Amino acid sequence: MDFLVAHFAQLVFVFLAAVSLAGALGVVLLRQPVHAALSLLASFLGVAGLFVLAHGEFLAAVQVLVYAGGVMVLFLFVIMFVNVRAAHKEQQYLRPLVPGAVVGSLLFAALALGAVWALGGRAGAQPGALTAVEGEQLGNTEAVAWLLYRDYLLPFEVVSVLLLVAMVGAIVLGAKKREGERA
Amino acid sequence: MIPTHWYFVVSVAMLACGVAGLLLRRNFITVLMSVELILNAANLNFVAFARQLGDLTGQVFPVFVITIAAAEAAIGLGIIVQLARLKATVALDSVKEMRG
Repeated sequence: MDFLVAHFAQLVFVFLAAVSLAGALGVVLLRQPVHAALSLLASFLGVAGLFVLAHGEFLAAVQVLVYAGGVMVLFLFVIMFVNVRAAHKEQQYLRPLVPGAVVGSLLFAALALGAVWALGGRAGAQPGALTAVEGEQLGNTEAVAWLLYRDYLLPFEVVSVLLLVAMVGAIVLGAKKREGERA
Repeated sequence: MIPTHWYFVVSVAMLACGVAGLLLRRNFITVLMSVELILNAANLNFVAFARQLGDLTGQVFPVFVITIAAAEAAIGLGIIVQLARLKATVALDSVKEMRG
């Protein structure tokens, strides 16, 4: 019991990491696209939990709203739209399998070793240090807003234009051609 | 206190899953999902280093990354819908017309 109390944050981290990684593996391994999409959803929710553990409460909310809400619905909608019943009977993997699996495992091994070597044992800063703006202690969302709308206003505007362009592009791509209209 | 390299190892594992999915999957939709995994791994890194360095900038950039991921998903899925109309399949190796 004492162990549970003393290491509660670590245990929660391990649980959330397991959920995210199981979801990520499911995306690669599950045959049915719908199953892969739901597994991706589990992964997104696990990552949202990890954000909360790292004092990123605002980002966790955005992650749940945008990814788990918006992007997932988009994916599932397209999977339903494209006939899955026919699609999943086809070959699901590109042959040969070995190079892809080897590249994935080597990437993981190299980067993980590098990370442990470079960062091993370092703990994070105090949570208060994150949200102090001009000497005043703010909530996470408020502190992010200060940075976003003061220091990073230009990237914010640029990215909003990019979103508009993507929206127009998606509408143009998705629209059916009318009779007699040239592509 | 959770050490920063735990976050990094989780993020790297997620990146590796994404890259493996990108290389292995034949279904266009699951390849797009793998790209989302890679972007999520990057976000996890941003947040972990924001915590490590006590600098909130690392929590601002994931907002941009999430926006770009959403835009990319919208465009990619639009292309998939058109591909499904044109060829009645979403298999990547069925698209060979632009290969040199």
